[in-house]
Amino acid sequence: MTGQDDPMSLPTFRTEGLTKVYGAGEAAVHALRGVDLVVPRGELVVLLGPSGSGKSTLLNILGGLDRASGGTARFRDRELTGMGDGALTRYRRDHVGFVFQFYNLMPSLTAEENVELVTEIARAPMDPAEALRLVGLGERRHHFPAQLSGGEQQRVAIARAVAKQPDVLFCDEPTGALDSATGRAVLKVLADVNASLGTTILMVTHAAATAAMAHRVIHFADGAIRDVQVNETRLAPEEIVW
Amino acid sequence: MVTLLAPLDRKLLRDLWRIKGQALAIAAVIALGVLMLVMMTGLVNTLEETRRAYYDRYRLADVFAPVERAPDRVLERLAEIPGVAVAVGRVTGSALIDLEGEIVPVRAQAVSLPDHGPARLNDIHLTAGRMPDPDRGDEILLLKGFADARGLAPGDRLQATMNGARHGFRVAGLAQSPEFLYTTAPGEIVPDDARFAVIWMGRDALSAAYDMQGAFNEALVGLERGVNLQSVLDAIDRVLEPRGGLGAYGLEDLPSNFFITEEIEGGRKNAIAVPPIFLGVSAFLLYIVISRIVQAEREEIGLLKAFGYTDWEVASHYLKLMLTIAIAGAIAGSLGGIAAGRAMAGVYQDYYKFPFLVFQLDPRSFVIGVMTSVLAACAGGFGVLRGVFRLAPAVAMRPPAPADYSGTGRLAGLWSRLLDQPGRMVLRRLQRQPMRMAGGALGIATGMALSVGMIGVQAGFSKSIDLGFSVLDRSDAQVSFTHPQSDKAIYELGRLPGVQEVEPVRNVPVLLRHGLNDHRGTINGMLSAPRLARAMDEAQRPLTLPEEGIVLSTTLARVLEAAPGDVVTAEVREGRRPVLDIPVVAVADSLLGSPAYMNMEALNAALKEPGRVSGAYLRIDSAVQDEVLVAIKDMPGVAGVALKAETRDSIQTMMDSGMGMMRYIMLAIAGVVTFGIVYNSARIAFAERVHDLASLRVIGFSRGEAAFVLLGELGLVTLAALPLGALLGYGMAAAVSAAFSTEVYSIPLTFDAQSVGSAALAVLASAAFSGWLVKRDLDRVDLVTALKMGE
Repeated sequence: MTGQDDPMSLPTFRTEGLTKVYGAGEAAVHALRGVDLVVPRGELVVLLGPSGSGKSTLLNILGGLDRASGGTARFRDRELTGMGDGALTRYRRDHVGFVFQFYNLMPSLTAEENVELVTEIARAPMDPAEALRLVGLGERRHHFPAQLSGGEQQRVAIARAVAKQPDVLFCDEPTGALDSATGRAVLKVLADVNASLGTTILMVTHAAATAAMAHRVIHFADGAIRDVQVNETRLAPEEIVW
Repeated sequence: MVTLLAPLDRKLLRDLWRIKGQALAIAAVIALGVLMLVMMTGLVNTLEETRRAYYDRYRLADVFAPVERAPDRVLERLAEIPGVAVAVGRVTGSALIDLEGEIVPVRAQAVSLPDHGPARLNDIHLTAGRMPDPDRGDEILLLKGFADARGLAPGDRLQATMNGARHGFRVAGLAQSPEFLYTTAPGEIVPDDARFAVIWMGRDALSAAYDMQGAFNEALVGLERGVNLQSVLDAIDRVLEPRGGLGAYGLEDLPSNFFITEEIEGGRKNAIAVPPIFLGVSAFLLYIVISRIVQAEREEIGLLKAFGYTDWEVASHYLKLMLTIAIAGAIAGSLGGIAAGRAMAGVYQDYYKFPFLVFQLDPRSFVIGVMTSVLAACAGGFGVLRGVFRLAPAVAMRPPAPADYSGTGRLAGLWSRLLDQPGRMVLRRLQRQPMRMAGGALGIATGMALSVGMIGVQAGFSKSIDLGFSVLDRSDAQVSFTHPQSDKAIYELGRLPGVQEVEPVRNVPVLLRHGLNDHRGTINGMLSAPRLARAMDEAQRPLTLPEEGIVLSTTLARVLEAAPGDVVTAEVREGRRPVLDIPVVAVADSLLGSPAYMNMEALNAALKEPGRVSGAYLRIDSAVQDEVLVAIKDMPGVAGVALKAETRDSIQTMMDSGMGMMRYIMLAIAGVVTFGIVYNSARIAFAERVHDLASLRVIGFSRGEAAFVLLGELGLVTLAALPLGALLGYGMAAAVSAAFSTEVYSIPLTFDAQSVGSAALAVLASAAFSGWLVKRDLDRVDLVTALKMGE
């Protein structure tokens, strides 16, 4: 058996000629115009680019939330682009965690219950309380979202995402709604998760400074990759200023 | 730490708590729909079961066979008829009771009691006092309903005229009987407790009064099970024929039983027709509300799917939410329906004078109520869920894409001149989600239709009475004779001072047959162009009664399935009892009873009894009415006088106390349902728009300006609902008035400006009040929280 065939040695994602078109005819919007990309296992990858450059679309397709219009996208040895609804659901349930800009917590559930929402259906989840301790919210686990600050809510969202011990964590503007100090705390949690659990992280952001903490930075423009930069040295989240 | 509930279930409970106001409003509407169904079917079942048990327990006869005079030994021959289980004879006769302060004596029926022990058939239920002493001929039992209406009690004395002789009696006790649930004086169409009495007394004394010693003039027959009624009736008629048999008839033709049957059947028809309408309206509301609640949860659905929850897991989560509301409503409605049915049965027990009540529910009504609620909730929820599931989670989590406005570009210029920004928001939303707005308008319209129908029925009842007592019958009083008289009696009536107009009438009891249908009733022989008591066609033009043929009322034509051109058979039940074949010449519009009309001379000619009258309609100078009544009372052969005003009052009472009373309850429920629908529409609009409205407040709109966006939408949807509600109301009014019509009275379809206007006002008032409630909530919205929500 060669290293090439072992799924664990394959890159987490590999895309070829990935396209996404919304609408049709004159009104068609080309969100992705042929994206070729490799995301090695265990890396923290930052996607940078202006609004509408296609980074969120790519994230949604790789996360199994949306379907590509053309090209291929592979998660390890599995083709995502051909999967049906059921297979995508299983994929999200077993391998993927999400963190969104607006946290998307269920307002009617406590912090811990929001995490349980995911551990409930995961294959090998962490203890929800432990996940909350990981993001520094062990003490506030019985609070409702309305009783938490924005940064705390985002940390709950991260705890919820990592609690299932996903292979990949997708973060769409995780610090977009936060002030810089709170944002740094959130980034630190992400870096810790990446380092301690080996979770591959794909993070979309507007904050260019965030790139300094990534293994790899992918610049987007007009639905295509303009440039890929690999950081030889990375900054700790605490050192980032934006 | 409690971990018994899965997090989704905890979300469910807290979501329910969050939308508790809305959930309660929805559950209440569906509860009312179910309540109505359970109550009506329970009530009807209870009345039917109670009547059956009452008849059984007091051994009400299956066949009644009046005869001129038959010796007691004839009973043995009746008992030998195959299928007859028991035959007893009794003496009955008509009497007149003089009451203090009453000018006109009250008509009564005297009935003999067996000399020893309880009656083998037609037993009575003693409610006060004791049985008459068989050795004392002056002791009687009095029908409780009459005694109550006239304030008589055991120990009281009264005077009665029997067979022309006056007797003094002492009331020994009061009694009820399944034979006299309703009492109607001969010749009248409406039962009235106060105007007809039943006297029970010892057989000896009564036989003496009517010269019936050793004989009977009515046979009561109990049948064995499964016997063909008609063949027994024929056999009894053959036995009694030589003795002057007047025609045996079954229980179904007993007047009291006919009325109670019509009432219960009317109730059953009502229970079948009306509650489903309420339930349907409730279910439709449930469908709309649930679909909009689920629509509002779009983002959470997308999120759950992003986590990897399957469609089925997400669907079952919302299914639980919908079913909790629907089933809670259905259960509340069932329990409320049981309580209401029980309470109503108690009211009707008094009204129908049942000595006891057998409360019986219809399990099907629960099943139907719960199933309808569940199906409506599921249809509403799954319709939306299917749409959401079709979307990729990423799309579902975004708010729905804005609609394409390029087509409205030309209007934009006009708008900008006419409308300010909030006005445009209202209009754009109507335009952007026309289906949702149409659904809202349709919901309010069905609520309004319910009110239109129920208000229309109230007017229909009044119209029915007005037609009967103001248009058709323009007399003041009706005189009836004990036996048909020569028309000289008419001249004598006309000569009385104060009598302004007299119109003869010849009423003949008949059994009308057409094909397989028959009807026991009366042919009213009238002048060819009567002025006081008239028959009218559907356009309310007076009908002239031709020399030949019979005119049937609409109800009777329906019962007999006969139309002009058909020939009906009339088996006359008095005199020489001829059987006549008479062509139907017209159908007359009558809303009370089911009369048949003929030209009096033609009728008399057919009977070979020229110049005979059985009564008269009078117009009386109201200043001397009492003197006229005294004079009539002293005329020979007069059986009684019915004042139209009293008759009108008694039918009004019947319509207001019997099944007709249901219309008031239904009107109240219709009002509540209508309000519930409008309020729900307002609440949903509020829930859907709370973020937009908070944003408006944040950028500097006043509370009033922000509220305008919401209330303007509610106002427009409500206005759109009004014409639609009027349209649907027409159908509703037709269905409901048909459901309330019986053979005793018909309720015409009434759809007039007044019903529609009243219902529209009710809807507008509901909308204003709902708007006020929602505005209050809007004023309380925490802007900071709303801002933090981002989207």
